[in-house]
Amino acid sequence: MANVTIPVGPQHPALKEPECFKVTLDGEKIVGVEIRLGYNHRGIEKACEERTIVQSQYILERVCGICSHSHSTCFLMAVEEAGKIEVPRRALWIRTLIGELERIHSHLLWLGVAGHELGFDTLLMYTWRDRELVMDLLALISGNRVNYNMNVLGGARRDITDAHRAEIRKALPVFRERTAYYARVAQEESTLIARLSGVGRLTKEEAIFYNANGPTARGSGVDRDTRRDDPYLAFPELEFEVVLDDHSDVYGRTLVRIGELMQTYDLIEQIIDGLPEGPIGPARAIRRVAAGEAVSRYEAPRGEDIHYVCTNGTDKVERVKVRAPTLGNLPAVVRMLEGGFLADVPIVVAAIDPCFSCTDRGIRVARSQGQDVWDADALRAYAIEFYRKRGLDLTRVKAPGR
Amino acid sequence: MSREDTVRDDLLATFPALEGRITIARERRLWVEVSREEFQAVLDVLKDRHGFDFCCTITGLDLGEDLGFVYHLADWHGVVLNLRQRVPKSDPTILSITPRYPGVIFYERELVDLLGAKVEGLPPGDRYPLRDDWPEGQYPLRKDWKLEMLPEAWKE
Repeated sequence: MANVTIPVGPQHPALKEPECFKVTLDGEKIVGVEIRLGYNHRGIEKACEERTIVQSQYILERVCGICSHSHSTCFLMAVEEAGKIEVPRRALWIRTLIGELERIHSHLLWLGVAGHELGFDTLLMYTWRDRELVMDLLALISGNRVNYNMNVLGGARRDITDAHRAEIRKALPVFRERTAYYARVAQEESTLIARLSGVGRLTKEEAIFYNANGPTARGSGVDRDTRRDDPYLAFPELEFEVVLDDHSDVYGRTLVRIGELMQTYDLIEQIIDGLPEGPIGPARAIRRVAAGEAVSRYEAPRGEDIHYVCTNGTDKVERVKVRAPTLGNLPAVVRMLEGGFLADVPIVVAAIDPCFSCTDRGIRVARSQGQDVWDADALRAYAIEFYRKRGLDLTRVKAPGR
Repeated sequence: MSREDTVRDDLLATFPALEGRITIARERRLWVEVSREEFQAVLDVLKDRHGFDFCCTITGLDLGEDLGFVYHLADWHGVVLNLRQRVPKSDPTILSITPRYPGVIFYERELVDLLGAKVEGLPPGDRYPLRDDWPEGQYPLRKDWKLEMLPEAWKE
């Protein structure tokens, strides 16, 4: 039989974002892949050229709903370097803290999505429940679950109080216990291992050849992490290990992200223990930035962000160029899919933790027809009542972390 | 000697004409300006001799009469070398680096769509990122492009 080409997307079975993979099949086997992107290109770089730097920071924070702090920080690092703006040490540490909390949020979210793509929805429910803990912490510190707006040009927008630190300290043992459990599941659960092993193969040489980045590359044993190699913010003063794995498949990428969560908890502990005293930003808001240019890199949860900024002495940027990690990882995805099976497309694509565009979710929803906002405890009470009516008593099932 | 100095000295030894066009902006940041003719040879030396195995992205710039292109190359030790070339808008042809860096395919397509560069040797495939019926000859990242230039029917 002749080869068949199937368009997967732009309405995608695995992701809530528009992109199209044209998969050419010989039977069940993938022999060719072409990617069509751009369905959600929003012209952000152009928009930033026409607005002030302060406005651009808020636009760029919305490049991604999950790595929002990563983009805003990466942009400001470049602007500050171009315009020779000093950032107080305490502000650098606060930015780092938010970045690492964001990594917890992103990696737990990914683990849930991966579970869902595998039909392992229990993992989705567990990880997303645990993720609420870090969302609550981020909301406590910044006032928002995503798009934290914790940066200002030359500093941080809000301080970290002792009360914040106490809450984070309280959450850390829960994160550690839960993540250790997921690590055990990943190492011992035979169906999970069988489903992920050998799927989406990408050798170390291929990962380098195609310039894969972030956990995608580290899951193929490529020893690169911008936080260590090109340290920024507080990272020159912090200690952590770069997590590598040589399985070179979706299983390897899973183990890397779980390992990175553990390192992130250590980093957060170092930050809240050693948070330096001092101001968190400039006494007066900075608007104009001296002319210059700079390139900044930032290890976002999904991989490396890179921003190029050219300033011209006004309150606007002459040019800002953004590269999010997914665009860098897509050529490697083509390689991962070739030779694999059609049924593996969703998990292989999901395994680079792609972000073609992102959506937001508010901390408060607009009330309509008397519907109220439910927290986790209310949801749990509702679930218990729901099942009790059907003859199932779940009251004795422990709710970990609560 | 730091890695940045080593790279600079070796480039100057190999290409004496680069004198005055290599800047070390700070630790781990180099800027090198080359002509269209010098570009490929310098790129090869950086990749083969100095381990700049990664092209993080390519920035396209509208410089008035010219288009500028900055190739952000990274090595294994955190050094980013920004290799810069400029070509006139009247002849905006550059060589594709996909034979050496196959991961840059989307970055080069972006230069074609958004700035009107002509990239020689770019493998065939779908455009990126603009829509298929985007008006020909409109390059939105050029400074003279304005939103009003879009077809009337799209403006709702």
